[in-house]
Amino acid sequence: MYHIKYWSVVAFCLMSLPCVASSGKLLATPGVSQIEGNAGGGIVPWAQLAGYASDDEFSINGFCSRADVTDYTLDVCGAQLNLFNRVEFSYAIQQFDVPAFNAQIEQNISGVKVRLYGDIVYSEWPQLSAGILHKSLDDGSIAQLVGAKSTSGTDFYLAASKLHLGAIAGYNWFWNLTTRYSEANELGLLGYGGESDSTRVLFEGSTALFLSRELAVGVEYRQKANNLNLGEQDWKDVFVAWIPNKYVSITAAYLDLGRIAGANDQTGWYFSVTGYW
Amino acid sequence: MQNIALFLLCAGLLVGCANKPALSLYQQLDGKAGIAKLVDSFIYQIGNDEQVFHYFEHANITHFRDGFISHMCMLFEGPCEYRGDSMIAIHTGMNISEKDFNHVVDLLVNAMNEQNISYNVQNKILSKMAPLRGGIIKI
Repeated sequence: MYHIKYWSVVAFCLMSLPCVASSGKLLATPGVSQIEGNAGGGIVPWAQLAGYASDDEFSINGFCSRADVTDYTLDVCGAQLNLFNRVEFSYAIQQFDVPAFNAQIEQNISGVKVRLYGDIVYSEWPQLSAGILHKSLDDGSIAQLVGAKSTSGTDFYLAASKLHLGAIAGYNWFWNLTTRYSEANELGLLGYGGESDSTRVLFEGSTALFLSRELAVGVEYRQKANNLNLGEQDWKDVFVAWIPNKYVSITAAYLDLGRIAGANDQTGWYFSVTGYW
Repeated sequence: MQNIALFLLCAGLLVGCANKPALSLYQQLDGKAGIAKLVDSFIYQIGNDEQVFHYFEHANITHFRDGFISHMCMLFEGPCEYRGDSMIAIHTGMNISEKDFNHVVDLLVNAMNEQNISYNVQNKILSKMAPLRGGIIKI
């Protein structure tokens, strides 16, 4: 008798999971997970906060992503906590494989993003958020070898996003612009700062068209600094995101990351999965 | 940066082209008859929904149906004038949350799917209705 009760409670809890999970936003509007852990596109942080929490809900999300380019592989896994669609906390672990050095570089990123104004769908002006990403390398020996000044650093960014309903021949059109202060070299995987300490205020942007409620195609652009004189170049990608429901999103992209640590033409593929609860 | 500017420019040009529809939204929906079918599907969706049905429990369905049809007809540039109460007057005291509002949007999307309204027309309908939100939620 006790067992029946026990199992019926377990079954009830499992069945009620979708009801407990936050679902207060419209499908696909939170975006996907960015490689530095927060909500965004793949390489650009967006103004949206991760997950489907509206102003009286919270949400927890987890993701893993892989970028596989000519000479390198980056694996990222992370999680986000969204409180009342006002504050987003994120954490991500990046593992960067450098076969040439027979080395692996690991970096941890803690992030906080605050929504300052608006809603990407409903407000007259774009949704505006500000964020901080604190990054630190587990082992900074490669960063020091290539001339970085520090093995940890902090990025600050301001992002504006807007979804225009039916704007382009009836398709929903999304855009995002981000400006970031950063001293990072290749996301920080090659440390922070360097002998030439070039541009520190960088611009990034994304735009996408929703071909249906579940499917978006878009492009991203991310300006990069060249602190190490290694010819670091701006990043670009073309992506497809599939958001079949409010529990999962899957993103695939073609990346053009230019020159990384002396190796030219780093192009390749990106895959990412986010689960929302 | 050049690329971003180019994307925005192209997108802007596309928006420009899309701004000359031959038919009004009212006409694309098959006029008042089409709107009535959509509103009937929407009422059916709400009637079967546990999350938001309580907001409508004491509503007069005929009154709601007539009001919604003439309101949509006017919003979609049809030959109608909505003479009902303002959105603020209707929703004051209901204290509708952001979450429940978006859930009703989901139900409207279900109703539009049920009526085989194309994705592009659905988005135009949503863009006409989205500005009403300020007079509906949290009051």
